[in-house]
Amino acid sequence: MTASIATSQTILVVGGGISGMTAALEAAECGKQVILAEKTPTLGGRTAQLYRYFPKMCHPTCGLEINLKRIKGNPNVRVMAMTQVVEVTGSRGNYAVTLKVSPRYVTENCTACGKCGEAVTAEVPDAFNYGLGKVKAAYLPHAMAYPQRYVLDPSIVATPEGEKAKAACPVGAVDLGMSEETVEINVGAIVWATGWRPYDAAKIQPYGYDRFANVITSVEFERLADPHGPTGGKLLRPSDGKEAKNIAFIQCAGSRDENHLRHCSRICCMASLKQTQYVREACGDEGKSTIYYIDIRAIDRFEDFYQKVQADPTVSFVKSKVARIALNEANDNPILHGVDTEGYHRYATEHDLVVLAVGMEPEVTGVRLPDDIIVDSSLFIEGSKDGGMFGAGAASSPLDVNRAVQSATAASLRAIQVIHKTASTEAA
Amino acid sequence: MSDANNRALGAYRSNFLKEVEANVEEGHWVKMCMQCGVCAGSCPLGPHWQHSPQKIFMMIRAGKRDEVLTSDSMWMCTSCYNCIVRCPRKLPITHIMHGLANYAHRLGLAPKGQPTREIAKLFWDNLVKTGRVNELKFSLAMYFKDGFGQGIKNAMAMQGVGLGLVKAKRLNPLELLGGHGCKDKAGIHKMVAKAREIEDRRKGLA
Repeated sequence: MTASIATSQTILVVGGGISGMTAALEAAECGKQVILAEKTPTLGGRTAQLYRYFPKMCHPTCGLEINLKRIKGNPNVRVMAMTQVVEVTGSRGNYAVTLKVSPRYVTENCTACGKCGEAVTAEVPDAFNYGLGKVKAAYLPHAMAYPQRYVLDPSIVATPEGEKAKAACPVGAVDLGMSEETVEINVGAIVWATGWRPYDAAKIQPYGYDRFANVITSVEFERLADPHGPTGGKLLRPSDGKEAKNIAFIQCAGSRDENHLRHCSRICCMASLKQTQYVREACGDEGKSTIYYIDIRAIDRFEDFYQKVQADPTVSFVKSKVARIALNEANDNPILHGVDTEGYHRYATEHDLVVLAVGMEPEVTGVRLPDDIIVDSSLFIEGSKDGGMFGAGAASSPLDVNRAVQSATAASLRAIQVIHKTASTEAA
Repeated sequence: MSDANNRALGAYRSNFLKEVEANVEEGHWVKMCMQCGVCAGSCPLGPHWQHSPQKIFMMIRAGKRDEVLTSDSMWMCTSCYNCIVRCPRKLPITHIMHGLANYAHRLGLAPKGQPTREIAKLFWDNLVKTGRVNELKFSLAMYFKDGFGQGIKNAMAMQGVGLGLVKAKRLNPLELLGGHGCKDKAGIHKMVAKAREIEDRRKGLA
């Protein structure tokens, strides 16, 4: 069998989170042409929504900034925001891809001055803050958004609000007549860096995420802790806006559970250990974090961080998967019920706020992928039958940022090999 | 100690987990427990058990044979299935509890006078006699299980309910005289005996 000949030397990277940005950059810096398609209006993905990284407790903005600088300076990468893959046909070396570009209603002329946001009064749920707050319907997705351009929410376009935004723009960048576009491209290899999403916590019925205001998810807690988040970095509980001091973290909320996600999401143990330090940062010695766990999976060098947190007197550990959460109706405190494994003691413990360390599921769960894609039992992307498409980062396995970047680099190398091998066959 | 118990002790010596896997219904699931504690915390009768399912699974793996088999804990299960629904590893916990109870019973180790066990025995004896449950005889047998005096007291306390059932034609007093049953009673008895023989052979109980 002869290798297929790449009629296209371009690599398509689907998803503009940390993995997609990395995969695109690695290939582009090797001189390959890359199209980076991102569904939302900005690059950065879920990494941009984190407050700090474990284990060094540094800010994700730092790494993002470097990557954005590399992208801005590299003519080989073409970023397409608000773009989704509709269809993939063809095979390794020669894929025909149909992309759908949603209207942004703001052109490249935008200087991100913010006048449209000031003019508009309508508000929409703030996706960047997992819906914890609201933003104006003409908004910049977040401070480090790339492209650094405003977006108009489709709900205001055909209303007087849309006209207000248009009138306020000093450079005439608001174009209310934009419509959805379909773009056909040919590529030689595709990297699927479609990432992850938090498991729907409401499905874990005994924990009452949909019933109790003070039961939140770990991704929402990241936003609470962030000074740029909806509470200005204060750990205020949703029911009454009081400062939460006695906070419980429930591990394996959805993960390692045949009824929900059968895989271990790997990051949640470290994420909760990290988040106990947010509590310490906000409340000092007054704060109290309790981690309810089956077992703590802090691998490799993360063990050091685990030991550091264990030594923190404000943090305690209960070896038990919480069976159910009830509500103290007098003060809206969640009450955790269960039995611990170290002595089989029955407990009913009250906390100000409960953080569910929700598992990761592939963002493409429920989305029809090309027939050729191979996924595992949890729907993470393993690759394709013809060897021309690759999973990268959290789309391929539940990974933390560090490992997602490694995975993306590996996927990028494989994509380059497809282009290179087929190109050299052509030359021979 | 029964002969069956001595045989099981000889065959499995210190490996109680192997014994449970071989002889207890759904016992092969025990090793799958990851000790998360959700079953223990979800059981509505939890606080009344000496050992929760989670603890029983660990005791089995730790070889605590006597403590497990003579315990009345698994007899407390009401089959509400809360644990099965929530178990992250999908262990059929309710069924394992019933399997353990049955095994302990067959070995003669189950606690004497445990009400669930007594009622189960009465029900089984009542059922296999004619192939049909005789509800009147079963109720009376339950009332009188703790002696004649207590039986009269129980019957008096329940007489209103009983008369109501008779009036609504839900209870036939004539059932006391033999009662209804299957056509081929001898066939039923043979079938049950054969099933018991096969089970005993497989589990080394005979």
